[in-house]
Amino acid sequence: MQFDFSPEQQQLRDMTRRFFSESDSISTTRKQLEGETGVGQPLWQGMAEIGLMGVITPETYGGTGAGYLELCVIAEEMGRGLVSSSFSSSVYLATQLIIEFGSEKQKQFYLPKLASGECIGTFALNEGATCLSTPVLKTQAVNGRIDGLKKPVPDADVADFSIVAARSASGHNVDLYLVDLKGEGVAIDTLSTIDPSRPQSVITFSNALSEPLGDAKEAWDRVVNIMDRAAVLFAFEQLGGAERAMEVARDYALTRMAFGRQVGSFQAVKHMLADIYVAVTLARANAYYGAWALSVAADELPQAAATARVSATQAFQLASTNNIQVHGGMGFTWEFDCHLFYRRSNALALSLGSLSYWKRRLVKELQNGIHC
Amino acid sequence: MNFDDSASDAEFRSEVRQWISDNAPHEWAQDLEKSIYGELNPSLQAADSLDVAKAWQKKKYDSNWACLTWPKIYGGRAASAIQQVIWSQEEGVYEKLARPFFLGHGMCGPTLMEYGTEDQKQRYLPMMASGEEVWCQLFSEPAAGSDLAGLRTRAEREGEGWRINGQKIWTSGAHQSDFGMILTRTDAGVEKHKGLTMFFLDMRSPGVDVRPILQMSGHQDFNEVYFDDVIIPDSQRIGEVGQGWQVSLATLMNERLSVGSTMPTGFSELLELCCNLSVDGTLAIEDYAVIDTLADLAVRDSGLKYTSFRSMTSLADGNIPGPESSISKLVAASAMQEIAQFALDIQGPSGLISGQDSQLAEGRFQAMLMRSPGARVEGGTDEILRNIIAERVLGLPADIRVDKGIAFNKIPSA
Repeated sequence: MQFDFSPEQQQLRDMTRRFFSESDSISTTRKQLEGETGVGQPLWQGMAEIGLMGVITPETYGGTGAGYLELCVIAEEMGRGLVSSSFSSSVYLATQLIIEFGSEKQKQFYLPKLASGECIGTFALNEGATCLSTPVLKTQAVNGRIDGLKKPVPDADVADFSIVAARSASGHNVDLYLVDLKGEGVAIDTLSTIDPSRPQSVITFSNALSEPLGDAKEAWDRVVNIMDRAAVLFAFEQLGGAERAMEVARDYALTRMAFGRQVGSFQAVKHMLADIYVAVTLARANAYYGAWALSVAADELPQAAATARVSATQAFQLASTNNIQVHGGMGFTWEFDCHLFYRRSNALALSLGSLSYWKRRLVKELQNGIHC
Repeated sequence: MNFDDSASDAEFRSEVRQWISDNAPHEWAQDLEKSIYGELNPSLQAADSLDVAKAWQKKKYDSNWACLTWPKIYGGRAASAIQQVIWSQEEGVYEKLARPFFLGHGMCGPTLMEYGTEDQKQRYLPMMASGEEVWCQLFSEPAAGSDLAGLRTRAEREGEGWRINGQKIWTSGAHQSDFGMILTRTDAGVEKHKGLTMFFLDMRSPGVDVRPILQMSGHQDFNEVYFDDVIIPDSQRIGEVGQGWQVSLATLMNERLSVGSTMPTGFSELLELCCNLSVDGTLAIEDYAVIDTLADLAVRDSGLKYTSFRSMTSLADGNIPGPESSISKLVAASAMQEIAQFALDIQGPSGLISGQDSQLAEGRFQAMLMRSPGARVEGGTDEILRNIIAERVLGLPADIRVDKGIAFNKIPSA
């Protein structure tokens, strides 16, 4: 039984943790939240220099060709550091989609630039209230031109290009296209959201030039598979954030005094933190299940991904909510970092599709598993 | 990141699998599959099931498959922790037959090994391992459950031996035990933890009175045990006088080895129920309300399973598992209660029907409903477990103790 990351992967974790800590990633997140522009550049540079963007890109396309387990380790540290960057869009989504679907020419053009960080990509899927479970998209591509409205789209404010999901000619499926976000017919507006440190935009495509992404026609099932993989990676971010929020709450409870003793000596507070520890521990176990399924492309990836996502979402929301509670009035201030965790936990709970989708997916897989 | 055995563990596993296949009491397999909490079959007398259990234990012992991690001279095999886990996995349903020996093998034996004299170990450990002698744990009392150190059963010097008076409660298996390990108070004039001494005694000694307790579930697994001037020799003392508390802590290390088996929550039975039960013309599993609850329970069940895999990984590497295993009972016990209540809810009014009259899952969920409150209390209440996690894992301060630094006989009580 070796249900853990390898010593080398743990070294990568330590190095990545040190990097984000020394770069004071939370400070950058706060600045981003407070509306300062361009603050993410130095951090992005640093991340590129230590090769974070290229871990799942094969060496022939300029990556380090490490693998999913390394990416999971990095994702957890990104979550712990509350990192504000377009890493998830560019790597979990854009890079993945191009590796999965792209033509040889597209792979050779985009992958090295994505791996080096010089190019940023994203994935435009959502259309307001569109549910992830059925391809009822309105966006269409006709003769290589895209028309439609996508929102919210993560990191479109800084991305160079986007992969766009459009309705297939058959009407019941999805085709994927590559669009240059600096091209004509593309209007991008940043949206006001609950977590401005992970910017979201609305994109209006009006007769925008596009090229089909490789062989991504009638590709819904394979798109869903990419989203399953992203769910595991996001689960690791949520896990890192949850554990860090728990530690911040615990540390505060040890220093803050009331009624002549540490607030952490009161059972109500102790039990609240114990419950967070339980949720985080369950989430870690479930995230590792997801990591295993990713690393061996297991048939049960859908079940593992949904399990990891539901568990991590619940843990992060609980940890960030009760982190505020432990801090009392100070937890409610802008000045304290509590709301950064709270915003991030609630944003990550939604951006890849809500729990109602993932719970349905999980139970469907469980049903299939017992041939129900 | 894999679930594979190392080469040597794989070899061990196939040896175990072969032996079990050749030797296990397969005629009981079906009954064991269906049994809830170790009852072989509700209609079998308790005495019969103990005979079956003892026969299997002796068979294992005779081939060196009992108490695997114990030293060979005491009846074990000097196996590693991960080998013990592998054995448990392979033993499968037959492990339910080991229930009568749980406390002996898991607590009394290790305590003797750490604090007993060589004479005590040689005389008692092999017979404990073989199941020929059954042991119970005489710790809790009416006034001392969570606050175990507040116990009152006293042992007073009587010539060369000791005289014991008092009462123990919640003693599992006392009615079928040959020996019991008993924690007593030998000095009420000092702080409560310092005045305790551990002994063991023959459960058939004059003055020992075992009375079954009827549980809310209708079963009788627990007992009260009364001690009325019970005389025992000093050779049955374990550890020094006044060292009883430290001796009682010897079992904690051993609890970590039980990480191999996950406590059942009933989730897989619930899933099956939801897949097959029609409610108002729709399959339960198609209803989002059911899906929502099932998913929440699924991730707790899954989280427990993979947490135990993480602990097993530590054992396989020859390390002590981390603190993650402290969540197990806390999560599993209340998950079981919630699963039981939910399963009954989707059955509607027929959820009231229990036992053999229930047409759904043979009344398992109704039995779980009645058993689960005990699971949230025994072996550490949910509240104590939360305190332990907060203090020992998260480093938060201990509760304020108003009985610290006071002689036991000065502590206020009801």
